[in-house]
Amino acid sequence: MSPLDLLVATPLGFMLAALAFGGQGRWLILVASPLMMSLAVWLVFLPPDAAHVVGGWDLPLGILLRGDGVARVFVLGAALCAALVGLQALYEFSPQSGGPSARNRGFWPLFYLMWAGANAGFLTTDLFNLYVALEMVSLAGVGLSALGSLQAALRYFLFALMGSLAYLLGVALLFANYGTVDITLLARTAEADAATLMALAVMTGGLLVKSALFPLHGWLPPAHAAAPAPASALLSAIVVKLGFVILMRLWFEAFATLAAPIAVGLLGALGAAAVIYGSIQAMRQRQLKALVAYSTVAQVGYLFVAFPLVAAAPSAAWSGMTLHAVAHMLAKAAMFLAAGLMLKAAPGRDIADLVGLARVMPVTVTAFALAAISLMGLPPSGGFAAKFMLLDAALDQGAYIYAAVLLGGGLMAAVYLFRPIAVAFSGAHGRAVALKAPLAAVAPLALAMCAIALGFFGVAFAELAAIGAPWAQGDAIGGVP
Amino acid sequence: MNALVPLLLMFLPLIAAVISFALPERLAVWRNAFNILFAFVKLLLIGYLLREVEAGRSVEWRYEFLPGHDFLLRVDSLALLFVTLSVFLWLITTIYAIAYFGRGPNLARFFGFFNLCVLAATGVAISGTAITFFLFYELLTLATWPLIVHRGDEKSLRAGRIYLTYTLAGSAALLAGILWLKALVGPIEFTVPPDLGEVSPIALTLIFILCVGGLGVKAALVPFHGWLPEAMAAPAPVSALLHAVAVVKAGAFGIVRIIYDVYGVDTVAALNLGLPLAALASVTILYGSLRALMQSDLKRRLAYSTVSQVSYIILGASLVGPYAVIGGLVHLVHQGVMKITLFMCAGALANRMGIKTIADINGAGRSMPVTMFAFTIAALGMIGFPPLAGFISKWYLGTGGLQSGAPWVVAVLAASSLLNAAYFLPLIFRAWLLPRTAGTTVREFASAEDWMLVLPAAVTAALCVAVGVMAAWAFSPLGWATRIAETGYLQ
Repeated sequence: MSPLDLLVATPLGFMLAALAFGGQGRWLILVASPLMMSLAVWLVFLPPDAAHVVGGWDLPLGILLRGDGVARVFVLGAALCAALVGLQALYEFSPQSGGPSARNRGFWPLFYLMWAGANAGFLTTDLFNLYVALEMVSLAGVGLSALGSLQAALRYFLFALMGSLAYLLGVALLFANYGTVDITLLARTAEADAATLMALAVMTGGLLVKSALFPLHGWLPPAHAAAPAPASALLSAIVVKLGFVILMRLWFEAFATLAAPIAVGLLGALGAAAVIYGSIQAMRQRQLKALVAYSTVAQVGYLFVAFPLVAAAPSAAWSGMTLHAVAHMLAKAAMFLAAGLMLKAAPGRDIADLVGLARVMPVTVTAFALAAISLMGLPPSGGFAAKFMLLDAALDQGAYIYAAVLLGGGLMAAVYLFRPIAVAFSGAHGRAVALKAPLAAVAPLALAMCAIALGFFGVAFAELAAIGAPWAQGDAIGGVP
Repeated sequence: MNALVPLLLMFLPLIAAVISFALPERLAVWRNAFNILFAFVKLLLIGYLLREVEAGRSVEWRYEFLPGHDFLLRVDSLALLFVTLSVFLWLITTIYAIAYFGRGPNLARFFGFFNLCVLAATGVAISGTAITFFLFYELLTLATWPLIVHRGDEKSLRAGRIYLTYTLAGSAALLAGILWLKALVGPIEFTVPPDLGEVSPIALTLIFILCVGGLGVKAALVPFHGWLPEAMAAPAPVSALLHAVAVVKAGAFGIVRIIYDVYGVDTVAALNLGLPLAALASVTILYGSLRALMQSDLKRRLAYSTVSQVSYIILGASLVGPYAVIGGLVHLVHQGVMKITLFMCAGALANRMGIKTIADINGAGRSMPVTMFAFTIAALGMIGFPPLAGFISKWYLGTGGLQSGAPWVVAVLAASSLLNAAYFLPLIFRAWLLPRTAGTTVREFASAEDWMLVLPAAVTAALCVAVGVMAAWAFSPLGWATRIAETGYLQ
């Protein structure tokens, strides 16, 4: 056995157990959280070339799970998020919460399915397995958002389906062309013929839908805003990241030599547009959770702004890009959980209803504020370290427009994120009442603290993310000197 | 062992902040005690550092926090000038704040963020690299915002919004400037001035504008001063410390660092950047004084006076002459001591007698003579009466202007002093010589809390006299500023 297998198999086991135990299945999280966290930590400390062939079948027939740097940081980030969100869900979906019991039970199998799918997606290098992982996560995501609004979930489902089909079409094209769909093998043999480029284009299109890059983000805000807080947290933190990780693997690993600067530039431009559009939309929202959801649209934009920077100088921007993804995971999960708690105490769902909450529930508002600091990219936080590294890379390369987007995006985030905080700080006589369960604020606070703490370990993170990175073998991506 | 002292300087306020946040309201006495205790311990630590640095030993702590970027805390003479000022005034203001608020709401939050501000201000002073400086500079923004909106009413929320708009935009400019320069010459460490010979003058000028513009926001340099008068919606201790000392001084201090430790005197002179900055500072000095004259609200008058006075520091730094830089550096301390006195007096007057506008102050000297006496001394110091603190600053700045071939500086100083007199003397006249027309009269020392409210201002007022009279002593602000100039910038 290897942690690589266990990271996928264990959540699946928990899913079956949750189905079997029904109403009492929620207590499984008390075992699952520490267990999965230790597995993720074990993965981090494996030797650098850790890989494992499932069932002993060699490539190209078998399934290879590989723990490279990207896999390690994403698995660890996802484990932190899922473990803490799961603990919060124990409170949120308890029978005393007053929600319908189908919703309370339905959450857990979906939760574990998503966790297993995400880990499988981060660890595998086989494009078809990635498809399976993507479907697991998408289905779980649709189910999770259906806990809130059926209409939004249906819309999400249609988008996700189109994305999956496009991706699958690309995989089929590649398989017909090369007889393999393993990324490491493709990296050696891929050539820039029409079929390959076509495959890359449709796969990218499909994955952009999954990761909700502007202008393909339409499904995200309603689905994320309507779901219950723990579900929103998982959707924004983990589900959208899987599409992004597969894109990273495609563009910088499998087809690094084929990636034309124009195409990478286009992704960067879309990312910049997403930052601006998402921020403007977030400023215009009246409801708290809609604001947080649009902030995800903006933050996903940064990940793609990093694409051209990584393509030009991978060693500098790589850690910035991965760190941004992980910091966003932690901060956004914290923010959704905190927002959920704040809305429970507030009389309505609007930002204006948060009056006086800083006095009534200081810990929750602190969690929200710390998460906001990381999302704005202000020091000291993981979000700052990430943006700093990206900005550093952008200015080193003379990419002044991207530098301006990074700085301007941070300012816009400050504009929309300080608005709810200011309302929470206002008013000596708010109408809100304190929650009965003060412990509920622990999970968002812990997540937000992790997002902040990440800012102090930038060097360690950069070293971890660089393990087995595609550019580490040569000077430039794809071994081109 | 010495390497850990800068870290200790960081952790002391952090622990105090955590204690303040965590203690429930019924243990407020303990919170107050801890706050005063920690401020005292920090002051002792500063005493130790003063001796170490005086003996020529450097004290630093280094940690690589991002690939290729060091987090460096380094205590040098310039850093100590600022740290000593802020730590001492912090102790004073803590005592004052405890009395000022009494048993108001949200005090745990207040003292928690108050301590985070100490941390940030100390960090700004002792950062050894441009990146470290930026970290703390931004932390200062974040930690002060909750203090500005402390009251939670519409006015303070508006002030907080304006404050953030200005300062976050300023920090973004500063970050862009620092990283752009880093892209050209590598990471910037203050003790090792970068070699700027290879860089094009246009890029250097643009970076200078970005950095000084970004720092000028906090230093309330015209036209970036708009936030400061608004921020007076904050409670008096916040105005006193943060908007007269910590925040504006962080900006001014950063400009000194940029001119002397990043660009260096020669580069600034070669690029002809000193004179435009000196001109801008002069405009700010005169504009701030004129606007102060037009205010009818006491705190707003003091706020515009801050706008004006902080630019003395920038004026001194940008003239790049020996006397001018000493004048600028010494004013960093002198202005802080004088302005905090004025604000604490204004707060005490508002708190006890409900005095908010200039007209209210009539006859206040009879009810609160000690407070008004402190106010008078600080105001006279601001105008520049010898031998008070402000006189020393102005004398050195004027001499420095002549020495640097900019005699117009003397005219600016004279005009500013006249304006200072025009807006401070009527206050003094009204308070002492006019009869009390309206409002309450009180006994100055009715309870123990009144002592804590009045005495801090009396102590700093005495200091205004002391730093002027004992200016020749090696550890006086003037002595220390001279030492900085001699050991660092005039070789």
